[in-house]
Amino acid sequence: MIDMTELSKKHRSPQAAARLHKRNAAQKRLKYYGILAISLSGLALAILLWSVLGKSAGALTEYQIQMEITLDAELIDRDNIERADFSQLSKDMLSNRFPFVNGRTERRGLFDIISSGAAYELRDLVAKNPNWVGQTIPFDFLASDIADLYFKGAYGQIEPITHRGALTIQRDGESLAFSSSDADFAPLLGNVRARLLARANDHRIEAALQENGRRVFNERGDFVEAAKRKNNRDFELAQAEALEALAAQPDGVFELDQFTASIFLKLGQVWVRVETISSNAGTGKILGDIANGVWEASDWQLLIYNSPPITRKVSDVQAILLETLREQGKVSSGINRHFFTSGDSREPELAGIWGAAVGSFWTMLVTIIFAFFIGVPAAIYLEEFARDNKFTRLVEININNLAAVPSIVFGLLGLSVFIGFMGMQRSSPIVGGMVLGIMTLPVIIIAARAAIKAVPPSIRDGALALGASDLQVSMHHVLPLSMPGILTGTILGMARALGETAPLIMIGMVAFIVDIPDGPTNNATVLPVQIFRWADFPERAFEARTAAAIMVLLAFLFTMNLTAILLRKRFERRW
Amino acid sequence: MSGFVLVLIFLVAVGFFFLSRQKALLASDGVLASLHSRPDYHGLYSFLLSMLSGLVTFIICTILALNPLLSLLIAVIAGLVSGLNITANTRARNKSEKIVTGILFGCAGVAVLTTIGIVLSLVFETFNFFDSIGWRVDKFLFGPRWSPLSGLQDGVIDPDRVGIMPLLLGTAMITGIAMLIATPIGLFAAIYLSEFASLRLRGWIKPMMEVLAGIPTVVYGFFAAITVAPLLRETGGLFGVNVASESALAAGIVIGIMIIPSISSLADDVINSVPQSLRDGSYALGATQAETVRQVVLPAALPGIFSALLLGVSRAVGETMVVVMAAGQGANLTINPLEAVTTVTVQIVMLITGDTDASTAAGPAFSLAFTLFCLTLFLNILAMRFVRKYREVYE
Repeated sequence: MIDMTELSKKHRSPQAAARLHKRNAAQKRLKYYGILAISLSGLALAILLWSVLGKSAGALTEYQIQMEITLDAELIDRDNIERADFSQLSKDMLSNRFPFVNGRTERRGLFDIISSGAAYELRDLVAKNPNWVGQTIPFDFLASDIADLYFKGAYGQIEPITHRGALTIQRDGESLAFSSSDADFAPLLGNVRARLLARANDHRIEAALQENGRRVFNERGDFVEAAKRKNNRDFELAQAEALEALAAQPDGVFELDQFTASIFLKLGQVWVRVETISSNAGTGKILGDIANGVWEASDWQLLIYNSPPITRKVSDVQAILLETLREQGKVSSGINRHFFTSGDSREPELAGIWGAAVGSFWTMLVTIIFAFFIGVPAAIYLEEFARDNKFTRLVEININNLAAVPSIVFGLLGLSVFIGFMGMQRSSPIVGGMVLGIMTLPVIIIAARAAIKAVPPSIRDGALALGASDLQVSMHHVLPLSMPGILTGTILGMARALGETAPLIMIGMVAFIVDIPDGPTNNATVLPVQIFRWADFPERAFEARTAAAIMVLLAFLFTMNLTAILLRKRFERRW
Repeated sequence: MSGFVLVLIFLVAVGFFFLSRQKALLASDGVLASLHSRPDYHGLYSFLLSMLSGLVTFIICTILALNPLLSLLIAVIAGLVSGLNITANTRARNKSEKIVTGILFGCAGVAVLTTIGIVLSLVFETFNFFDSIGWRVDKFLFGPRWSPLSGLQDGVIDPDRVGIMPLLLGTAMITGIAMLIATPIGLFAAIYLSEFASLRLRGWIKPMMEVLAGIPTVVYGFFAAITVAPLLRETGGLFGVNVASESALAAGIVIGIMIIPSISSLADDVINSVPQSLRDGSYALGATQAETVRQVVLPAALPGIFSALLLGVSRAVGETMVVVMAAGQGANLTINPLEAVTTVTVQIVMLITGDTDASTAAGPAFSLAFTLFCLTLFLNILAMRFVRKYREVYE
């Protein structure tokens, strides 16, 4: 007989306790791994949504700049308004408004603050109101992408700096020499020095790289190349030392360039861009209406634009123009109309998703007709009529394999069969819809079969007992009862098709299409492809639009999925 | 024109539906029970006959470039013939049911047609392509250089430049990274969900996984290119490691995140289908939950889990948008995940959307697609075989 006291002693031994502890620890570990895994995927989802959402905020609003424009009757033919050059008219208006902007680059910068599309909007408006010709009207010019991003603060802001001294100025044409009674500019010099040192450091890093190269080439015995590297290194070091020496000067005169922060003076309403500066004096260029402007040295302001010009797309002159307009209360913002109502465009501020959304609609229409009206009959046949023979098994294997074929292959099928063989129109929703339909077909067949299978045999038996034919049983009883399940599967399949990109790229739906398609045979693009195209564009303003387009697409997908879930919940029947 | 004819055919068929229905009603002499089939079936029969014969001739006319109006004529004749033959004894229900069953059969056949279409279109171009490189299939499969369109003369492709080894290695590397991410996370999530999570928690986590699974690949691509790749680059910079901005790592990680839900939901299903009696037996012997999972549940679910992983691999291999947006484009034979590599799918997209003449680019592109198709088909069949062979059958 086993001595139970001995046994329980054994189980209470320290070794046993340690074993138990270890086993329980393993148990806890497994559980924590699971929690960790789920938190990680939740985290990934959160980061993804958050990063897209955060980026999309910038595309929700657009800025407009209101300016008076004279619709010169000499330039605009009242009977032929469409022919007038409104673009030139707008440019002339800008030149007249800001006469102090001169020089090729700066003038181009001036014209760049309003969108190139604004002139067309003005034309359309005037065409509707021909009696305006000859008058001066206020018009809301759409801000260009650069101006828009500036107003949204994407390029940083111009910030005022406190000063104590009184300013004395001396004007010579457009340039201005100024000095302050106090060392007001000294704190700015710290900034300039830091930039100089940072640049010197860049040179030192480059010098270190060259030194590395020199050593390697020396070891390889390639002395020509090594000598070249040595020269490069010395050059970089000299550059670095020169910059450091400049920075070390206690009261030197520093030149501001595109690597340093921009500094401005504001005298009354006239801006001055500072070009050289020391602790209490400097020179600059007047950017303002000297003849008519109110300007005096007693009312002066010191401002700094901390991001150097090289790091931003908006130039100093543009920033000043935009600030001036903002001070005059000409700038207003509103919901981004263009984004929701226009087709594609190369200009970010004019680009919209409406064209792609309509393209998606036509494509999905073709897809659903194709996939639903072939998929559901196929499922009925396979579940209700097919005998277990070779053909049926072949179909089943095919359906399972098709569900696993990469989507891009379906695109190539469409390219060679629909476009190449049948000669259908490239980039058209009808081809895209059929490709997506073929791709969605297995999904719908599998879902529909599951739904049909879930209808209990008693329903069939009852109908058959009352004398219904096989087809009547399927069509009058089984199909209506399985419809919620079929619809759920169809919506999920459509949601997948709506987000599909790769096969549509294959059949040429990546083309640049401005017009809104009015039918399934027009050239079109779809939302996900539009996202793909915009993600590729270099303009920064497209990033926000891409993210916003993603939010719109996700909103559609979530709605579809939610509908499917609700449908399932509402009509789900347990037999 | 042809769309107009199609609408006309449909209208004619609908017209015959009502005519035949009326004729059947007349033939019944007011006693509906004297008819073999209800009047609607007579109408349906005429409708189907007229519609189908019209459609078939329409397709023939389109192929032979005949006047489509001919099909309209045929539709009218078919409708008339069926309508004139209506008597009280016509077995219209049986006939129309036969036709409908035939249509159902035809729809089921579309799946087969699709596969045939895919295989034919891929094989045809691949055959042409192999022919143009003198059937050096060995160079295609094992060659170390991929730049099929560089240095083209009169569209003649150099067999030394069509080695897909770098593409396969790149694909394998990205897939490997993705699986390294997705396998542990997906499996542990599945184990937690099926063995530990309360019903309420499941009700939260399942929809979250579905959301993750429902996000389009192009969004993942944007995420990889705009968020993950710069993050990796900066992190690498902190440690003095140079990470390419189109590194295999970024694409791999994001594809990994993308396939977590498919692995976890498949594995969850498999683990759930292990009978409770096995677990109960294990608990009765004093095993902890973790020991039961490791030594009883997982071995029983292994074939299913393996096939879930294989399906994950096949999704990662065929993934296009993430790699197009976040991975490199140049074929680069490397095993460093921090460098840019390219994949089979990226090259297909580049070839098809590139500037090269479509007929020249189609050869390499379709051959790549054929390789991809074979690869995923192989993985899929392997998964099915594996499940069938090692599946434990429980009562």
